Amino acid sequence: MHLHDLWFILIAVLWIGYFFLEGFDFGIGILTRLLARNTAERRVLINTIGPVWDGNEVWLLTAGGATFAAFPDWYATLFSGFFIPLLAILVCLIVRGVSFEYRHQRESRRWQRNWELAIFWTSLLPSFLWGVAFANIVRGVAIDQDKNYVGTLWDLLNPYALLGGLTTLVLFTFHGAVFAALKTSGDIRHRARVQATVLGLVLALLAAAFLIWTQIDSGNHWSLAALIVAVLALVAALGANQAGREGWAFGFSGLTIVAAVGMLFLSLFPDVMPSTLNPDWSLTVTNSSSSGYTLKVMTVVALVFTPLVLLYQGWTYWVFRRRIGVQNIPAAHH
Amino acid sequence: MDLAVAHETISRWQFGITTVYHFLFVPLTISLASIVAGLQTAWVRTGKEKYFHATKFWGKLFLINIAMGVVTGIVQEFQFGMNWSDYSRFVGDVFGAPLAMEALIAFFFESTFIGLWIFGWDRLPKKIHLACIWMVAIGTALSAYFILAANSWMQHPVGYRIDPVTGKAQLTDIVRVLTQNTTLVQVFHTLTAAFLTGAAFVVGIASFHLWRAKQGKQPDKRKTAAMRTSLRVGLAIAVVAGLGTAISGDTLGKVMFEQQPMKMAAAEALWETQAPAPFSVFAVGDVSKGHNSVALEIPGILSFLAHNDFSSEVPGINDIAAAEVAQHGGQPTDYIPNIFVTYWGFRLMIGFGMTSFVAALIGLWTTRRRFWLAPEHRTGEDEPPKLMLTKNREMNVFFTRWSWRIGIFTMGFPLLANSFGWIFTEMGRQPWVVFGLMRTRDAVSPNVTIGTQVFGLVTLTALYAILAVIEVGLLTKYAAAGPNTDEKPPAKDPTLRGPSDDEDADQPLAFAY
Repeated sequence: MHLHDLWFILIAVLWIGYFFLEGFDFGIGILTRLLARNTAERRVLINTIGPVWDGNEVWLLTAGGATFAAFPDWYATLFSGFFIPLLAILVCLIVRGVSFEYRHQRESRRWQRNWELAIFWTSLLPSFLWGVAFANIVRGVAIDQDKNYVGTLWDLLNPYALLGGLTTLVLFTFHGAVFAALKTSGDIRHRARVQATVLGLVLALLAAAFLIWTQIDSGNHWSLAALIVAVLALVAALGANQAGREGWAFGFSGLTIVAAVGMLFLSLFPDVMPSTLNPDWSLTVTNSSSSGYTLKVMTVVALVFTPLVLLYQGWTYWVFRRRIGVQNIPAAHH
Repeated sequence: MDLAVAHETISRWQFGITTVYHFLFVPLTISLASIVAGLQTAWVRTGKEKYFHATKFWGKLFLINIAMGVVTGIVQEFQFGMNWSDYSRFVGDVFGAPLAMEALIAFFFESTFIGLWIFGWDRLPKKIHLACIWMVAIGTALSAYFILAANSWMQHPVGYRIDPVTGKAQLTDIVRVLTQNTTLVQVFHTLTAAFLTGAAFVVGIASFHLWRAKQGKQPDKRKTAAMRTSLRVGLAIAVVAGLGTAISGDTLGKVMFEQQPMKMAAAEALWETQAPAPFSVFAVGDVSKGHNSVALEIPGILSFLAHNDFSSEVPGINDIAAAEVAQHGGQPTDYIPNIFVTYWGFRLMIGFGMTSFVAALIGLWTTRRRFWLAPEHRTGEDEPPKLMLTKNREMNVFFTRWSWRIGIFTMGFPLLANSFGWIFTEMGRQPWVVFGLMRTRDAVSPNVTIGTQVFGLVTLTALYAILAVIEVGLLTKYAAAGPNTDEKPPAKDPTLRGPSDDEDADQPLAFAY
């Protein structure tokens, strides 16, 4: 295997890791409005991701940095081309990060409610926009011979991409509900399960439509296999959730994300950003990658440090393994 | 304005605003992480309450600050692609590597362990919890290292070749990129300046509380005890870091005289090559004529700064520009950076930074507890110190009052010095984005329209302005409140396995959002 193929896989892994992890904490953010009935419950939800959301978000930064290092042209075309959606995501991530940290810093109810609203909207919007962005990447966009995106913002909001956005939005919310059922105790835990079932059913429809559309438009054998895994995993997640096996349900909803996002990357390969104007102008793993030496250096770094990251992030989840209920929420703020 | 110029100008403003803003939080984060880690270490080792309160207090301010540092850092990672796509294509092979390393090696580290530290007070054994904040401190410093390696490559590209087919920069030696002297000296200078920044911040807030205690407005002696310790810690760090900043700054200057003579000539408004070259104290330049209309100079000093002897030759702006024309073509003015900004940026950097250093030096002496101090002037651990000039002589009321005030007022001086320093070094490199290889005007995204760029600039600037108000409000609130002395350390040392589920089920969390 050539190193740029390996790096295509590594970048897919980083994005999958990002959507797996930040997927549920976006979902938790959205559920603060859908599931939580009062402030105490909202705080229960927020605290299930309190210690880990920041580490989860670094997967995005690493995916971005790794794309820059391994595929500079992909990085340049993608981020200059999708300027406005990306700007919106950045604004959301900025406000969202601050919201978690600042919400509890003042007693005022208004202050707290504003930050809670911010958490909801800044979780919802990126969940949608990431789907839009990835659907466009897979579908192909107007890229000229200089590798520059020459379409408009409105071209990015096509039906296929909007369906992709809806799919990731519901997927992450579902994943969040399953996570909430796994990490909370008491009444909210049971309601989370019920909501997960509803969300899972809606998701099944959306995901089936979006993934089959993807398969027809740009699929291959490998992506078909991933599609089947995604569908089976979703069914299994729903079943496990129904049976009250929360750990399994979370594992399967995670697998749904892995397979669905994996499918997008499998249908993309060997392109990284196909051009709709002329197939010769598409960005591929060969024409947009860094030199062999850079890839070699980065491979060594990735092979040493990625397992380390998984180890200490995994340990964090173990340290904060216990469930949280309203009874664990301290009355006074710090 | 010419369209191409507008393109470049807007992108530069956005990069300038977002980066200077981001860098307000970075040095505070780097240094406060270590200061908090040090205080917590003192608490774990001695069990003294004042260290616990100090740890919690500075930890709180540190967290308010790091939140902003983290989120504004996200923009940094992506705006190269958004606004500078041609730059990204040209340098990605080299420049992307340290950026990706930063994310994978440093940023994961600090973000994961900060979560463990914030929420781990009742989950982790004391010593492991302490190790977490040290991990954060190490992570922040490592972050700085990788980012500065990337920046140093823009200042002085090494370890690369230009690919004859694509015309792009290609990495040939990662070790050189990570260890070239520009990188090492910049890291030294930036980290020492970061510690000066955090130390001045600590000194300022501690001075505020101690001055209030001195005036009898602060009855809680435990607060005073925590603040007194903090003051001494802050002053000591400021002196060491201030000295380090001066030494590393001098070294970096010498490196720059060699690698970017234009930047240094511009910093001195030295138009003509001179031997010996004078240090400019004050100058009003005339760029179109290429000379200073007013100048006040100290002979020989610039030669010394550049080469360590008082008579060596230092090349002037006009000669360097002529040499650049010979090499790259164009007009001499194409190669002259904004003299006003570089000249004054350089001076303000040194001025603000060194004022802080001198203030700390005086503070460290006047607040000493034992040495050369008559026993009757020593004050208790939980009382504000007397400001002692000599063994028996205390400062008079007027100077005492002003000393405490200066402690408070100089709190932000290193922050200003950092900003002026970065503005100086980045603008002094112009017209180059990668020195000698790529011009800034060729680096912008060709496909992003002016309207989109303006929208991005306005959005981020407005958002940052709102967040600045919120963050300063919070910092002021908690800084003014002082340590929460009602807070008690966890009663027993948690074990890693944690309490059994039954015991634990209804316990409130030690910390919750």
